[in-house]
Amino acid sequence: MSATTAPTSSAPAAETTGQEIHHDRNRWGQIRLYVGLAVIVVWGLAPAYWMVVTAFRDVGYTFDTSPWPTHVTLDNFRTAFDTSRGNHFGAALWHSIVIGIVTTAVAMLVGVFAAYAMSRLNFPGKFIILGVILGSSMFPGVALVTPLFQLFSNLGWLQGVNYQALIIPYISFALPLTIYTLTAFLAEMPWELEESARIDGCTPGQAFRKIMLPLAAPGLFTTAILVFIASWNEFLLASQFSTKYTQTVTVAIASFTGAQPHQEPYTAIMAAGTIVTVPLIIMVLVFQRWIVSGLTAGGVKG
Amino acid sequence: MSAVAQGAPQTKPPKLRKSLNAGQGRLGLLLVVPTLVFLTVIIIYPLVWAIVLSFQKDAGLDKATGLFVEGGSAGFSNYTHWLLQRCGETSCPPGTLGSQFYSAFWVTIFFTVVSVTIEIILGMWFAIIMNKDFKGRALVRAAILIPWAIPTAVTAKLFYFILAYDGIANHLLGLVGIDPLLWTSDPWPAKFAIIIADVWKTTPFMALLILAGLQLIPSDVYEASQIDGASRWQTFTKITLPLVKVPLMVAVLFRTLDVLRIYDLPAILTGGAGGTTSLSMLVIKQIRAGFHSAAALSTIVFIIIAIVAWLFIQFGGAEVIQRPPGSKKKGKGDDDTTQATTAAAMVSNTSMGGGGA
Repeated sequence: MSATTAPTSSAPAAETTGQEIHHDRNRWGQIRLYVGLAVIVVWGLAPAYWMVVTAFRDVGYTFDTSPWPTHVTLDNFRTAFDTSRGNHFGAALWHSIVIGIVTTAVAMLVGVFAAYAMSRLNFPGKFIILGVILGSSMFPGVALVTPLFQLFSNLGWLQGVNYQALIIPYISFALPLTIYTLTAFLAEMPWELEESARIDGCTPGQAFRKIMLPLAAPGLFTTAILVFIASWNEFLLASQFSTKYTQTVTVAIASFTGAQPHQEPYTAIMAAGTIVTVPLIIMVLVFQRWIVSGLTAGGVKG
Repeated sequence: MSAVAQGAPQTKPPKLRKSLNAGQGRLGLLLVVPTLVFLTVIIIYPLVWAIVLSFQKDAGLDKATGLFVEGGSAGFSNYTHWLLQRCGETSCPPGTLGSQFYSAFWVTIFFTVVSVTIEIILGMWFAIIMNKDFKGRALVRAAILIPWAIPTAVTAKLFYFILAYDGIANHLLGLVGIDPLLWTSDPWPAKFAIIIADVWKTTPFMALLILAGLQLIPSDVYEASQIDGASRWQTFTKITLPLVKVPLMVAVLFRTLDVLRIYDLPAILTGGAGGTTSLSMLVIKQIRAGFHSAAALSTIVFIIIAIVAWLFIQFGGAEVIQRPPGSKKKGKGDDDTTQATTAAAMVSNTSMGGGGA
């Protein structure tokens, strides 16, 4: 089972171009393969590369079309953090970090319980609950904004420092994702170990905490990264429920203003975008193997 | 084996099983209670409350009497306002939010159909390529994850820059003799600006999902078809496509629902210019112009999405929830992949039910 979760899995020979059959066909296949691979790599990298190149380009050369870094400067990063034009990018970074960490921690805690129950226990109403969880992931966020807007404004959460106006909805929206990913991970674990622990007298809770949790660490970690990224990237609710004191990075970037009205400070925005994105990209690259198997969790089980 | 994901009981020796199962029901319920509390407070209660709100009047001046009214029961007038374009006794004048409903509805459908179609085709192509044997697969997979990791708000700003009048896209078009386009304000270019950004960001994900499905196809199936002399096209239509159909349909379902609620890209990239105001954007604009109409509109959006989801699950072969073992199912034995892709597709919604994409 799960051979394909292993990132190194040899592609199960979709290599239909058998070496011994048609030599010409084989060569054509190779050319097509490498053209295709080039397209994929350019697709993934080119726009992101352009963002980074622009982030380091002098503002006077914003629309320089040279594909290489030219007029390199760090000024744009200074401008991005400059608060004199009413942009509070630095503060927004901090807000997003706080919101992301709290959301991730709570969603993981609550999600682990539910995922354990879903993958290991039988209880009445399980499949209805599963349906509710899945249904809420399909839910259009915008359908909730109106009632939540009224609720939160009555509670006075739409002014001042009220992180919970974002954190509570984020947790709720992250839970389906957390539970599904974790359930898929938990289902792949060697549960025989848990059974032996229980035979040795552990309660289900103890068996889970002491035996299974350490084994589940990679899965937990991947899920946590996915939840953090989801919270970090959210825009709709953040644009409605955050205040000056809780503004998140996505909102800050979307509403970034330049020196003059109607003059978009492109290079500073690209610098801000780079700051927001590069940590995620590094995280994704470092944990790439786990993330791909997390993203397609379950889908790859044989 | 993977059935365990949805909690199929594992076969244990009967005696042991009895003792271990004791109390499982209570523990199971206890463990899901916190989740249910969150979902109830943030999703179920607001949904019900939105419906209640949608049947009340927005406070405002009563046109007949000229007096300020506090609200009261509205019957279906908030719904007819959107669906039949009724503003009070007359039809909504152009330029008001009410008059934009059908434009927003059709442009949202347009985004959905075009984006998802392109994503399926490109995603399939990418997946077939990545399923081959080649060196540097880690590099390719890393490259393809980058669009996915970039926040949609940043993607929108990035494409706003790339597609600016003096930007690199128009420069490249100029090299092949095409006049510069006003990508973020002219009606057709603006629509395609959003589609381009959306397709760029989400195709890699579609590709990874399809790839996961492809990797389940045993290689001997391909070998057999080759021995039988199948052409490349026959191999694709007769083997690959049917075998990835289920995960593909689930992925398409989730992507469709995702684009139907598109908000971030049109809100930031075009700001609704050139007729790109999506349904979600219309709801947000309406909130500050009157809760109750907004609640009706958001309920309409919810119903549209629910109908689409239902159609997919009913007729599209997207079996989203795996049924408990032993219960009836249409079953062709492909449940493993189904439930599988569910988890995967859910993660694709990294916008967390928001207006991602």
